[in-house]
Amino acid sequence: MKELLVGSAFFVGHKLLTALAQLFVVATLVFSIMYLMPGDPVLLLLGAESNPTPAAIAAMRAKLGLDQPVLMQYFAWLGNALHFDFGLSVLNSYPVANAIAANFPRTLELGVAAIIIASLIGVPLGIAAALHRGKALDTILTSLATVGISVPVYILGAMFIIVFSLQLGWLPSSGYMDIARNMPEHFRRLTLPAVTLGFGLAASIARMTRSSMLEILNRDFIRALRAKGASESRVIWRHALRNASIPIVTIIGLQLGNLMGGTVLVEAMFNWPGLSTLLVEAVAKRDYPMVQGTVLTIAALFIFINLGVELLYSLLDPRIRQRRA
Amino acid sequence: MAGLFHGHPTVMASAIILLLVLVAALFGPLLAPYDPYQINHLAVNQAGSAAHVLGTDEFGRDILSRLLYGIRPTVTVAVGATVIAAVLGTILGIIGAYGYGWAGALIMRGIDVLLAFPPILLALLAVGFWPSGIFTLMVVIGIVYVPHFGRVAHSATLQVIRQEFVQAEQAIGSRPLRVVFTAILPNILSPLVVQATLTVAAAILLESGLSFLGLGIVPPEPSWGQMIGTARGYLNLNPMYVVWPSLCLALTVLAINVIGDSLRDLLDPRLRQ
Repeated sequence: MKELLVGSAFFVGHKLLTALAQLFVVATLVFSIMYLMPGDPVLLLLGAESNPTPAAIAAMRAKLGLDQPVLMQYFAWLGNALHFDFGLSVLNSYPVANAIAANFPRTLELGVAAIIIASLIGVPLGIAAALHRGKALDTILTSLATVGISVPVYILGAMFIIVFSLQLGWLPSSGYMDIARNMPEHFRRLTLPAVTLGFGLAASIARMTRSSMLEILNRDFIRALRAKGASESRVIWRHALRNASIPIVTIIGLQLGNLMGGTVLVEAMFNWPGLSTLLVEAVAKRDYPMVQGTVLTIAALFIFINLGVELLYSLLDPRIRQRRA
Repeated sequence: MAGLFHGHPTVMASAIILLLVLVAALFGPLLAPYDPYQINHLAVNQAGSAAHVLGTDEFGRDILSRLLYGIRPTVTVAVGATVIAAVLGTILGIIGAYGYGWAGALIMRGIDVLLAFPPILLALLAVGFWPSGIFTLMVVIGIVYVPHFGRVAHSATLQVIRQEFVQAEQAIGSRPLRVVFTAILPNILSPLVVQATLTVAAAILLESGLSFLGLGIVPPEPSWGQMIGTARGYLNLNPMYVVWPSLCLALTVLAINVIGDSLRDLLDPRLRQ
């Protein structure tokens, strides 16, 4: 038992260190991209065709801290980023960190809602397909899942808006409502973006649930359970699903990257004022401190979600922990 | 090659779709009924009619013509990006597997870190700092998919290296570069071809996504993703405006993926049933 605990601590510590190293690499990349790119970022920002005066160029250079030696800039930037200080937006001199703090929870909410919806749709559909293997229902569900994986979220979103918002008038087509001001409206506006974002994930989950359940249902212990007279629902939900759950959690974990990428497009589609909206706007207007801050935040979020998923596996399946530690 | 289509109607249909896309990319300007840049304020946001089969956009431009013109930049970016990713990724992957220990380890570590991130995030970071345009898109998207090729080339090379003909080539004293070109490269080609097909589809999606966000192909030059992004603002005025580019994009990507999957089955006999 003691060895197991030491092993677990080692495993968690190792994973944590890897995550921190990844974060450091990303921070360095985010910082250095400004220097790796051809051309002068200040000229790009001010617009070379507007012929900015040398004084204006020097002022912007000082504002971005570009007049300092590169290494000094790097350490200053890294030190500030550790305190969650990414400087001021070039456009409106508003602290980047404040803008991120305001938009971050909205992206998180959208992502979590999408995962919940995807699991609620994907797992039952996958089980249904597995139980009706080879029949019409299975074929329909499997081809629907293939489409769900290949169709980009902005096309799906546009179709959902046309059907559920414009034709049926059930849900608002876009926008955000503060939860404190109007809770029902908040969730009404969350529904379409979350379903759009979750659809592709639901398809992956359904596919994985189907194949994983099919494999488990062929095992001897399932036959033994049925032979001893356990009810079919108990066999499926209690015994088969629990054993099939690790690949399902794995696929959810692996798909988180796609989900984060999807928020960029879904937020734009539905005017959802999250982190990606901030990022896209900053990229369009070449607001460098804002781009650096948002990318680093999204990357950090991503790295720690991945860390969480890995730790979750080891909780679900102790074999993983022992093998790696 | 005939085995690719035999008894597979979806593969056949996908090949026909891709053929049509290719024809449209090559001869689009000849096929287009109108000038795609021709603004007509008297015919704005029209539904399909005899004059404009697929209707008109917010400036009264012919949607069918813009769809046909929009293929070329998309295909150029996707194919160019795939070539960049394939060349750089394969080189890095082979070095990672066959090169000096520390260099290989360093490269593969870097690839693993980059692979962990959503492609669109990397692309956004780069697009923001580079002047916009087709060339930038090609390079950025190409670089984004380098790690994917690196992984495939790396694992394929590791498999090949252990085999006797590679060891024989080394034993007769061939220089490493010769071993790579005569023994390794020809034998890791099929997974790379499959990866290239899938990368073309992914690159089309990424370019369309960036153009949808207004950060890709610069208007007034049309591209499918950008048309979808613009049509988003006119959903209640002209819902079919968003449907046509969406349909083209979805069908093209689906077709490429179907072909890629069946290529994989064909080239990898172990998967064939």
